[in-house]
Amino acid sequence: MRRRLPAVLLHLALIAGAVATIAPIVWMFAASFMTDGQANAEPPPLLPQPPTLDQYRALFSRLDIGRPLLNSTILATAVTAISLLLNSMAGYAFARLRFRGRDRVFSALLAALVIPAQVAMLPLFLMLKTMGLVNTYLGVIVPGMASIFGIFLVRQFALSIPQELLDAARVDGASEWRIYRSVVLPLLRPILVTLGVFVFMGTWNDFMWPLIVLTDDSMYTLPVALANLMGEHFQDTELMMAGAVVTVLPVLILFLAMQRSYIEGIMMGSLKE
Amino acid sequence: MRGLHRGEARAGWLLAAPALLVIAAFFLLPVVAGFALSVTDFDIYAIGDPELVRFVGGANYRTLLSEPLFWKALKNTLYFVLLGVPATMGVALAAALGVTAGVTRLKPIFRTIYFAPVVTTLVAVAVVWRYLYHPRFGLINGVLGLAGVDPIAWLADPRWAMPAIVLLAVWKNFGYTMIIFVAGLQAIPEQLYEAARLDGASAWQRFRYITLPGLAPTTTFVAVITVIGYFQLFAEPYVMTSGGGPVNATLSVVLYMFKEGFRWWDIGYAAAVAFVLFWIVLAVTLLQTALRRRAER
Amino acid sequence: MSRGRLRLLAVLAAFAAGCGAGPRSQEAVRLWGLGREGEVVDELLEPFRAEHPGLEVEVQQIPFTAAHEKLLTALIGDAAPDLAQVGNTWIPEFVVLDAVEPLDPWLERSSVIRREDYFGGVWETNIVDGRLYGVPWYVDTRVVFYRTDLLAAAGCEPFPRTWQGWLECMRRVKALPGGERFAILLPTDEWAQPVVLGLQQGATLLTEDGSRAAFSSPEFARAFDFYLQIFDERLAPALSTAQIGNVYQQFAEGRFAMYITGPWNMGEFRRRLPASALAVWGTAPLPAPGDDWPGVSLAGGASLVIFKSSARKAAAWQVVEYLSRPEVQLEFYRLSGDLPARVSPWSDPLLADDPQVAAFFTQLGRVQPMPRVAEWEQIATRIFERAEEAIQGSATNQQVLAGLDRDVDRFLAKRRWVRARAEGS
Repeated sequence: MRRRLPAVLLHLALIAGAVATIAPIVWMFAASFMTDGQANAEPPPLLPQPPTLDQYRALFSRLDIGRPLLNSTILATAVTAISLLLNSMAGYAFARLRFRGRDRVFSALLAALVIPAQVAMLPLFLMLKTMGLVNTYLGVIVPGMASIFGIFLVRQFALSIPQELLDAARVDGASEWRIYRSVVLPLLRPILVTLGVFVFMGTWNDFMWPLIVLTDDSMYTLPVALANLMGEHFQDTELMMAGAVVTVLPVLILFLAMQRSYIEGIMMGSLKE
Repeated sequence: MRGLHRGEARAGWLLAAPALLVIAAFFLLPVVAGFALSVTDFDIYAIGDPELVRFVGGANYRTLLSEPLFWKALKNTLYFVLLGVPATMGVALAAALGVTAGVTRLKPIFRTIYFAPVVTTLVAVAVVWRYLYHPRFGLINGVLGLAGVDPIAWLADPRWAMPAIVLLAVWKNFGYTMIIFVAGLQAIPEQLYEAARLDGASAWQRFRYITLPGLAPTTTFVAVITVIGYFQLFAEPYVMTSGGGPVNATLSVVLYMFKEGFRWWDIGYAAAVAFVLFWIVLAVTLLQTALRRRAER
Repeated sequence: MSRGRLRLLAVLAAFAAGCGAGPRSQEAVRLWGLGREGEVVDELLEPFRAEHPGLEVEVQQIPFTAAHEKLLTALIGDAAPDLAQVGNTWIPEFVVLDAVEPLDPWLERSSVIRREDYFGGVWETNIVDGRLYGVPWYVDTRVVFYRTDLLAAAGCEPFPRTWQGWLECMRRVKALPGGERFAILLPTDEWAQPVVLGLQQGATLLTEDGSRAAFSSPEFARAFDFYLQIFDERLAPALSTAQIGNVYQQFAEGRFAMYITGPWNMGEFRRRLPASALAVWGTAPLPAPGDDWPGVSLAGGASLVIFKSSARKAAAWQVVEYLSRPEVQLEFYRLSGDLPARVSPWSDPLLADDPQVAAFFTQLGRVQPMPRVAEWEQIATRIFERAEEAIQGSATNQQVLAGLDRDVDRFLAKRRWVRARAEGS
């Protein structure tokens, strides 16, 4: 029994930690199903009595949250698709194609990772203004079409592609583009899935840039719409919780479906060169 | 063979070009432009009439060094980093150890639960936590009340506002760091532990002499990326304390830059603030890596 | 998903993105309303839509706290609406951006909008460099809202008319039994209160031409000392709006008995106060430092402006005219509690017979505009930020005012240069 005590204590600690971690998310769901004002009680209730879809109905009809939901979906999909293409091409090139200056350029890219994105935001806004892209989908898509981290991740994985495979294809007379399309891409599939999930979630969750570049409420993404909702409906706790659920649920589901791939990707991204 | 390499080299540039162009045009170029702006007094007058801009050299930088609000923002951000980074790493390490310990059952479930906050939208959870911190109706004061603690006005009290945000940041991010620690833990060879156990080393000794040193490179990596990330604090104060908080106790450097740039359109000045943030992050990163190299020797 | 399909999706997405605007009809006139007004203006426009069946009006509502920055961002990003409700202190800024349409030509041709029917001080705020840039929509000035029962219990009826009487009254209210209470709520993140007190003492806030700060002037210093005294004697809590929580609940519970605020709160009080407190609140014009009651208050309010970038200016002007009709101004008051900028609706019983409105009408006879500089919003924010230092005790009044002068002089540096340059050329 004494030998089992540490194990029991460990499990208790892990369970306590899990409860503490999941509690805010659970409360968010619970409060979203409560009627107006039910959550504003002392002590705060944990279960809706009775559960109701009123808040969601209000969100989708009166407050038209369907529009930001659509915007977020379109933007996340577009950015994911385009960046997968661009990042995979570049990541493969940096890993397995030999060209002059390759390693120096890549080191420079890695060094640039330390620059906070906010340094670029003001000038980028002015740049997009002159291009007429403020308050458009492209204004959000264009800066996200490629990323240093994405290139890094693909390169890391592509390093494991055997050189002989590529050389053999070259000897067979295949063009470089053909090799990329038919040989490399299928091999990159696992990391592309991971990167795709990363970018989709990152774009979906992005706040500061869409806040800056989208000025019309018909263009808002979910995070921006939610922050806007907060400004007017701060008193309506249950409504805000329902809004939070609508924002979080898609990425949560995506995560639960793809967690193995996603988590492995993070681990791989952390391996030193 | 020469022909082969030339074709390959050309393909290399062509395949890398689109991504490089995007990064150069929409990230690197704006960064350079930002520096250029920071030495001018570009502002709303200049937007109305492009002739109304002057080169001012270091004037913006001198101004921000004498501006109490900037120092407040910097102090707040440092407070957040100094409190949040160790807390996040500590909790993450504990979770990683728990999740990889031999005796643990249901590892994947714990790992999933601990990681879940990472994928949630920050704005959404900031909204949720804003209500959790409500002095009367919030769950946190409710739980503390069970332990007999008086209710705290978390987000309204200048002393507690930033710690409240730190708690949110730890909750949201520890899962990510935990996974990296797990990867690091798994890289430590099992034989080392075996040998230690045979030598009669206790669990604590094994932790101190095998695990911790084995994790050193991972720890540095985690510390660097967490510090860089935490210096960019923005969304939490923006959503939870409507830009600044009680007596600006939660004003962060990025939030300050946002206000100066997008509220007052003091673009030259805001660009200078952004660059100062960059240099601070760079300095801290270099310092951390230098310390690690020194420790390794 | 195959690579090919993925690329097709990307192309489609880019197409959808390139279109940018989404399903919005290109024919609609876009109006941005702020805060509560944004909520009611949609309903207010129903008869207009019926009158003009071919004309669509799309209303977007922006929360007041983010309105100033969102408007500027939209203007600078070339994504502005056709017309918008704007705070009248923001108009000089929009003029600097060359973003607003001069309205004199439209005004000349209009039969609905007549300058003489508007409160003088308020109309002035829309004129920059001799040209009219906005039509006043509603007026905003500050008066005291107070608990009639608590002040009666403290022996302060009728409401004090001098600063001295007011201060005395606050002390007596605070001393009333029944738990810890404050006499007055002065949120520390509002600039209106210290500014109004300064104006009452005759301070000009900035120099005559708006090129330098004048907060260390004896007039403003006197007013600032009075403002701080209220906090020092714990007659007002040292809290910001966010820290206060539910103002209406606190007012109903008697946690404070006085609140300096604007007309929109008449509607909010009626809507949000619990039933127990509905019958015990009243309004009064501001006390004056000396004997010239009422004390000066803000000539605030919002105007309707049309943006130069609009492709539908004629249609936008029709909306402006509609919203300026006396009967529509009256209906607007009924829906929002915002007071008409035109004088004629005030004779309607709805306004004339309302005892709470009477205080506003009296006060509107004694209002002063803010300095009309593009930097005003930034200056106003800095005023309360610096004032908070004095309230929290981390600096003396003099240090705060000296610091404020330094900051505001810096804000105005560009303005000085631009004007000097214009004069030189």
